[in-house]
Amino acid sequence: MTGLDLAFAATGLVTAAAAALAVTTRQVVHSALWLVVALLGLAGCYLVLGAELVALVQLLVYVGAVVVLIIVALMLTRAPIGPRAEHSTGPAHRVLAACVGAGTGGLVAAVLLPTATRAQVRPAGSEELARQIFSTWVWPFELLSLLLLAALVGAFAVSGLTTSDASGEGTR
Amino acid sequence: MIHTAGPYLLASLLVALGLYGILARRNAVLMLVGAELVLAGGGLLLVTAGAVGRDPSWSGQVLTLFVITIAAAEVVIALAVIVAAYRRRGHIDLAQDAG
Repeated sequence: MTGLDLAFAATGLVTAAAAALAVTTRQVVHSALWLVVALLGLAGCYLVLGAELVALVQLLVYVGAVVVLIIVALMLTRAPIGPRAEHSTGPAHRVLAACVGAGTGGLVAAVLLPTATRAQVRPAGSEELARQIFSTWVWPFELLSLLLLAALVGAFAVSGLTTSDASGEGTR
Repeated sequence: MIHTAGPYLLASLLVALGLYGILARRNAVLMLVGAELVLAGGGLLLVTAGAVGRDPSWSGQVLTLFVITIAAAEVVIALAVIVAAYRRRGHIDLAQDAG
């Protein structure tokens, strides 16, 4: 056990516990807030693995944008406050879901764990990483901006679709 | 030095929990939380592969950045669809028939 192993175990435990609570809690808003803790823990894991830029982007994009979007969507769909059992399916369905989840996770672990070795962590090199993004990966990077634009227009189109339909139904 | 069993275990655990969340939730927004956890597991695997390998193009970290951005775009579209479905149906319960 080295220091990095201990640091990763600490952040990993926080991440796993928060993720388990996020998918099992009976309060919708708590689920979104536990997701924040899980993603913060994951950013800590990225830091331990020497990926500083990825950890910061994870903070900015996930915790700053995605979770806020999820909470706004919960508000727009009038999520009930307080513990409710109806956010999850029945016990039989949940047991089946747990079996499928455990089976898939076990399969991934069974494939990955035999290849696990003790390795030197690559030191963070944000300068070299930035140079690579804007040389080797520049075309995928530009395509990504196009994708974000398409997602923005698509979200507008989807919401415009329903409002025009609703007004059409209202006049009928 | 780090043993890669830890990251691998955490990634498979995140995939398992995310899949459970996708399958066991009835609220559509909460199902999306499970999808985020699966994507987080994939990102962790990419970062681990980048941290232990010596790839000159830094593909592990760069691809994780791309995955994070694509996940943001996916969440935008998914939430727009969910809000539109709520307006049309009055609920976002995945276990109920469309009214």
